[in-house]
Amino acid sequence: MAGLIGKKIGMTSIFSAEGKNVPCTVIEAGPCVVTQVKTVDKDGYEALQLGFVDKKEKRSNKAQVGHFKKAGTLPKHKVAEFSKTNGDYQLGDEINVELFNDDTWVDVTGVSKGKGFQGVVKRHGFAGVNDATHGQHNRMRAPGSLGASSYPSRVFKGMRMAGRTGGDQVKVLSLRVMKIIPESNLILVKGSVPGPKGGYLIIEK
Amino acid sequence: MDLMKVVADSYNVETKHPEFGAGDTITVHYKIKEGNKERIQQFRGIVIQVKGTGLTKTFTMRKMSSNVGVERILPISSPFIDKIEVNKYGRVRRARIYYLRELTGKKARIKERRR
Repeated sequence: MAGLIGKKIGMTSIFSAEGKNVPCTVIEAGPCVVTQVKTVDKDGYEALQLGFVDKKEKRSNKAQVGHFKKAGTLPKHKVAEFSKTNGDYQLGDEINVELFNDDTWVDVTGVSKGKGFQGVVKRHGFAGVNDATHGQHNRMRAPGSLGASSYPSRVFKGMRMAGRTGGDQVKVLSLRVMKIIPESNLILVKGSVPGPKGGYLIIEK
Repeated sequence: MDLMKVVADSYNVETKHPEFGAGDTITVHYKIKEGNKERIQQFRGIVIQVKGTGLTKTFTMRKMSSNVGVERILPISSPFIDKIEVNKYGRVRRARIYYLRELTGKKARIKERRR
């Protein structure tokens, strides 16, 4: 799948041709530089490695500087690999938003916002106890029973409990591209995408 | 550079309609679809608030229709708005003139602002 690395800018809404108000996410996508071309001969599979957002040479180690020097660019903050696409890309080529066009569907991957240590209601969508009365006390958001008693005498592995929530890699499938603004490298995608504003995203066609 | 503004500018939200604010009297020419036919309805009233920025900007207008107050909230970038006319610029001292809801008759008048 062909794709680009992008940055989430924010959300807004636009009116579609039918006059419907459509919620959209604005993503700054690319321009990305081809930093490595992987081939079957050399790496065992075909892929493209792209880099996005320049980083100071001072802030990179020598291995990174050397790697990006091969492509003739500055070191990059974010690097991602995309499986080989049709189209012949050379080391150092620039890919921009014109890869997409209006009316394509894309998958967007990002890291969701971290929520910290959360209970079972927020983390797994448990209903909690819906009554504050009828003998309940301090149990409105409690998980309830963890299992049976003397058999099995233990809690099964994988039982959904409270814990660290968010901050996971999340991929949202089939989002429609509503608009492209090539002059500012922006795309508008229908719906929401994971992560905070300014978070890195991988957009695949 | 504010990239959200770039998106809003690409839809010409700021230049499509004349500028107006709370206290102004405006007429909105609103497209209404009835089956296959499309006609234009005019709604004239006082703007009581303008809310939001860019593409998600909305405004609320109020009018008295045979002694019943009618309020409409419209997104300024709605494609159903054919045209907005500013009839009168009013002088008000706040951005959201909700107090107008409690006033009727002569009390509900707004002084005209000289431009």
